[in-house]
Amino acid sequence: MQLITCPWCGPREETEFRYGGQADLAYPADPSALDDEQWARFVFFRDNPEGAFAERWCHDAGCRRWLRAVRDTRTYVFAETRPYGRTA
Amino acid sequence: MSTPEHPDFLWRTPEPKRHYDVVIVGGGGHGLATAHYLARNHGITNVAVLERGWLAGGNMARNTTLIRSNYLWDESAAIYEHSLKLWEGLEEDLDYPILFSQRGVLNLAHTEQDVRDSVRRVEANRLNGIDAEWLGPDEVAKICPIVNVSDGIRYPVQGATYQPRAGIAKHDYVAWGFARRADEAGIDIIQNCEVTDFVVDGDRVTSVRTSRGDIACGTVALCAAGHTSVLLDRLGVRTPLQSHPLQALVSELLEPVHPTIVMSNAVHVYVSQAHKGELVMGAGVDGYNGYGRRGAFHVIERQMAAAVELFPVFARAHLLRSWAGIVDVTPDASPVVGHTPYENVLVNAGWGTGGFKATPGIGWAFADTVAHGRPHPLVAPFALDRFVTGALVDEHGAAGVAH
Ligand SMILES: Cc1cc2nc3c(=O)[nH]c(=O)nc-3n(C[C@H](O)[C@H](O)[C@H](O)COP(=O)(O)OP(=O)(O)OC[C@H]3O[C@@H](n4cnc5c(N)ncnc54)[C@H](O)[C@@H]3O)c2cc1C
Ligand SMILES: [Zn+2]
Repeated sequence: MQLITCPWCGPREETEFRYGGQADLAYPADPSALDDEQWARFVFFRDNPEGAFAERWCHDAGCRRWLRAVRDTRTYVFAETRPYGRTA
Repeated sequence: MSTPEHPDFLWRTPEPKRHYDVVIVGGGGHGLATAHYLARNHGITNVAVLERGWLAGGNMARNTTLIRSNYLWDESAAIYEHSLKLWEGLEEDLDYPILFSQRGVLNLAHTEQDVRDSVRRVEANRLNGIDAEWLGPDEVAKICPIVNVSDGIRYPVQGATYQPRAGIAKHDYVAWGFARRADEAGIDIIQNCEVTDFVVDGDRVTSVRTSRGDIACGTVALCAAGHTSVLLDRLGVRTPLQSHPLQALVSELLEPVHPTIVMSNAVHVYVSQAHKGELVMGAGVDGYNGYGRRGAFHVIERQMAAAVELFPVFARAHLLRSWAGIVDVTPDASPVVGHTPYENVLVNAGWGTGGFKATPGIGWAFADTVAHGRPHPLVAPFALDRFVTGALVDEHGAAGVAH
């Protein structure tokens, strides 16, 4: 089991965390202006890189706060974790 | 049961030609089956199967080989039942032993909601001409005496759906059987040949770039499972595919104790016993995206806990090996098959945790799609544009843990 460094709680076992998928997806600024194609992209389509991936994780069994991680999807090694911010 | 003797070589090792009418990317089950049916059903043999590693080294020889067709929706039932019927005649068609054993599958229900969903699925299956029964706990115990149907567990077994025609097969023999027949028909199977990029002219791909040089192509048929989105990224085509590690494990060899296949979505495990005697188990994917072909041990621990709860007799069995493959999952747990924005690039992906059973069925329907340049009716509902139209085929109920 690997350790994930929570920005608030420090290194914790991965079972304490929940995965939240791709980071930095902005809710559409003007939702009613979107057509079906654009909605499909927002709701269903996500990046799926083989390599560095910016992701959301939630420290469910700890402080319950969201963090933003950059993780390599080939090695699963976390390059960084930091508080999830609106301006991320 | 003894396993058959195999000849030293089942297919040639050709040098890639500079042009093929059809280039299939990925030498797993789906790519090889597509090649076989292109030759067998359509007489198309100027075809290459390009495999970056060794033949069937991806999910094809990592899966737990469960074959069934008891899916909920008409669209899924149609393609999986077509596939099951082909499995029933595959040994003769390939003229190769595949150890297909129709020992039936029990999908256990543990809650009232499970029971309602299961009975509904049985009725839907019957309307689609698929063998399906609803069984109470006593009947479950008759079919599989080692399942714990007592009230003494956290989620007692309330019953199960039963599909008698479901079964298992020997995955590598299946791959070799398809490969041998495709090779005999003149199709080139080229291993250690990674597709790295595409040469594009307008809305057509004229060649694939590979680790063994450029290869010009009429049609490109993508059968790259977990790596499909990596390839489509090179073309700027976005998909809703997410790649996850999916793990499985086997025990040491045991005497035959387990006569059927048992799956439990709620308790989260499935178990069968392979021909040689090992118990084969698995569950759902590891939660995060990953291409590492390994997963976390706590996922295995959870499966084992569930297995021992349902099968107390397994408590002292030793775990021999565990491994992972990279599976491509979609938001509705149904595949993505058909056209892309590139006129001559067809995609077959998104089979996620459950595409082994589909191997002959999708090979058949995808070959037909490639041959005629339009979706075969069995794959038409699985086009990429369903995520725009909203016509999803939501199979989470039938596909979550149950591959
Ligand atoms: C642990 C596990 C258990 C499973 N259990 C079941 C089950 O019980 N029942 C069931 O129905 N399904 C099951 N599945 C799912 C099933 O294995 C897959 O859906 C199915 O094998 C996918 O089709 P395939 O055989 O063509 O894939 P693969 O065998 O993965 O073939 C894809 C091939 O493409 C190659 N490739 C990728 N990128 C490139 C490139 N750039 N150039 C050239 N080649 C490339 C890969 O090397 C690979 O060989 C399971 C999967 C796993 C991992
Ligand atoms: Zn924390």
